[in-house]
Amino acid sequence: MATTADSHSLHAHDDHAHADHDHKPGFFARWFLSTNHKDIGTLYLIFAIFAGIIGGALSGFMRWELANPGMQILPWFTGGNIDAAYHLWNVFITGHGMIMVFFMVMPALIGGFGNWFVPLMIGAPDMAFPRLNNVSYWLTTTAFVLLCVSMFVPGPAGFDGAGTGWTVYPPLSTSGHPGPAVDLAIFALHLAGASSILGAINFITTIFNMRAPGMTLHKMPLFVWSVLVTAFLLLLSLPVLAGAITMLLTDRNFGTTFFDPAGGGDPILYQHLFWFFGHPEVYIMILPAFGIVSHVLATFSRKPVFGYLGMAYAMVAIGFVGFVVWAHHMFTVGLSVNTKMYFTAATMIIAVPTGIKIFSWIATMWGGKLTFQTPMLWALGFIFMFTVGGVTGVVLSNGGVDTYMHDTYYVVAHFHYVLSLGAVFGLFAGFYYWFGKMWGRDYNEFLGKLHFWIFFIGVNVLFFPMHFLGQDGMPRRIPDYPEAYHYWNHIASIGYAIMLVGMVVFFINVFWSLFAGRKTADNPWGEGATTLEWTLSSPPPFHQFETIPDLRNMKGHH
Amino acid sequence: MSAATDSRHRKVGLMAGGIALAMVGLAYASVPLYQIFCQVTGFGGTTQKVDAGSLPSDEQVRALAGKTVKVRFDGNVRGGLPWRFAPAQGPMEVKIGQQNIAYYKASSSAGTPTTGTATFNVTPAAAGQYFAKIQCFCFNEQTLGPGQSAEMPVVFYVDPAILDDPDAKDISEITLSYSFYPLDQPTKAPGLYATGKADIAAVQAGTKDQVARRLPSPARAG
Repeated sequence: MATTADSHSLHAHDDHAHADHDHKPGFFARWFLSTNHKDIGTLYLIFAIFAGIIGGALSGFMRWELANPGMQILPWFTGGNIDAAYHLWNVFITGHGMIMVFFMVMPALIGGFGNWFVPLMIGAPDMAFPRLNNVSYWLTTTAFVLLCVSMFVPGPAGFDGAGTGWTVYPPLSTSGHPGPAVDLAIFALHLAGASSILGAINFITTIFNMRAPGMTLHKMPLFVWSVLVTAFLLLLSLPVLAGAITMLLTDRNFGTTFFDPAGGGDPILYQHLFWFFGHPEVYIMILPAFGIVSHVLATFSRKPVFGYLGMAYAMVAIGFVGFVVWAHHMFTVGLSVNTKMYFTAATMIIAVPTGIKIFSWIATMWGGKLTFQTPMLWALGFIFMFTVGGVTGVVLSNGGVDTYMHDTYYVVAHFHYVLSLGAVFGLFAGFYYWFGKMWGRDYNEFLGKLHFWIFFIGVNVLFFPMHFLGQDGMPRRIPDYPEAYHYWNHIASIGYAIMLVGMVVFFINVFWSLFAGRKTADNPWGEGATTLEWTLSSPPPFHQFETIPDLRNMKGHH
Repeated sequence: MSAATDSRHRKVGLMAGGIALAMVGLAYASVPLYQIFCQVTGFGGTTQKVDAGSLPSDEQVRALAGKTVKVRFDGNVRGGLPWRFAPAQGPMEVKIGQQNIAYYKASSSAGTPTTGTATFNVTPAAAGQYFAKIQCFCFNEQTLGPGQSAEMPVVFYVDPAILDDPDAKDISEITLSYSFYPLDQPTKAPGLYATGKADIAAVQAGTKDQVARRLPSPARAG
């Protein structure tokens, strides 16, 4: 260290100058053997966008097929074979779910923004375990390749691909899919899980050990809080998924009977294990978005976040309660009335810390000097979407009501409002908020706003009618439907097309701005942007904080 | 990075890794725990295995004033076991607390001896913990010779405690269902010893003799 410091003292004491003199490795070493948290974050974001295109394309074919009753689109892929087309539908919903959860939202929010901004916000030079960080990234990409391959190898007798849904319930995933497709999908989940667990260990160590002097846990920016809670959720829930799918794997291949009644097992046990993971998983996807939205709202209200501690501990509470509500996904498996009462009540309790967050966000804006740049629009969109999805969530949390709603499009509408719209709006808020910081060039404000409005209208036209379809009893995971469901399905598919136009605008904006955008100032957002990343150049130097910032004399740094 | 930072990182990293490993352990520990949980609570229609000594007394049964519940029977066979397996009688109206015997008929169409084992549950699931089996062919592996048929008995009673459970007291029909699965490697030599006929005979003798029925069945003890 001493020698490095000496050599740097030859240069001007200026981080901006350093950026140009940074010893960046060559292309291969920089991007394939990367140990730099910002480069790995960039890789994760590129990967997530790529995976999102594939996952989004799958849903496009699904919406196209559902635009009209009958089977029109999927038989193109199967040479007119209707049974194969039905199975292909199952493969598509499985691929769409797994890709969006494990390879789009998680890599973008945690791997992408987490890697980029957690070290910057706590004043650390990098992550605690940079090489582990690299391992995490390449495990994710390997997992994604395995999942894609699984779509092209035999699954059930005569057909290709795993048509199990992202939940991979036995016996459909065991005796129902003798071919290797499910094995590959399980391996993909194993690798993605291992990647996330390593990432979680990395974040926890970084946040506990590498905060700049003076940055106590209670002064930590809310995004860092959200990633810390998320990392603990990952650490506690993903190993359970790993255990469950390993049991599934040995049931399939080595004659164990964990989930097979013939040998004394119970398929319901798999559902318990899966949802013990699966419910925290939905918070894993939304908590980092909570963190981003808090920063964006504070920045564009030019006020500190209202109720900082309440916001932080609301996330802790959501994470904690998130572990004891899992059976609300299983209300129809034959739980006793008392069990359902407990899970109903526990689930409703989650609305309390969530409500604290929503109201604190509104209070943050109250009396602020609001401006409505693109990130702010996405953050406001997030609050709207997440509240709609939260309200339908409270409806579904009732064990009695859920018996009617279970596996209908109402559920699909609910979790797309909280995830597809909640988490994704949070993603876009963060993407626009930090675009200039990450790439050093401003995005185009007009195109950003255009993207927002088209996307906002599109997804609402796409997902809102699903509430009506669900209340009319349309089941999920079915490629065809009676004429009675045509009207709203058709409108939903039009919504997809509108959303797609919005995404085209997004990509035009990204490419245009990367090549022709104005140079971004260190802090383009002004007085509202108070976190440490705005004290650095845009983009930050390859190695930042060579002198660790000392925050012991600063107050209320969040 | 100094050695001190290194060891601080290693400590937190290893602790976090330890938590992850412990959670994998917990996932596997949940398998036996879940089984114990089901057996204790009758969760998911898991029936209770009891011995004859736990039968309610005649006074208790009389005090229920002949309250009855209808018991339906269902039997099926998983693919790979060439058996026909079905209940030998229709629904039975049974007195709560009273010991009953029902039969299933199994016949094999295989050319060689085949062995199966039956799993069971009852619906509605809430009735599971009150459905007590004293003797059942499902406690053992069953082997049928080529073309052989066998009667398979189950001795059961419905626990009067069902009337005290607000979730279960209104149940008027209970369905008892068995599924036979093939066993590739029988753990016992083929033979009909396992259908529990000798035990049943002893229990039936006990039915006639009110005193003897409280005693553990000698055949079962052996």
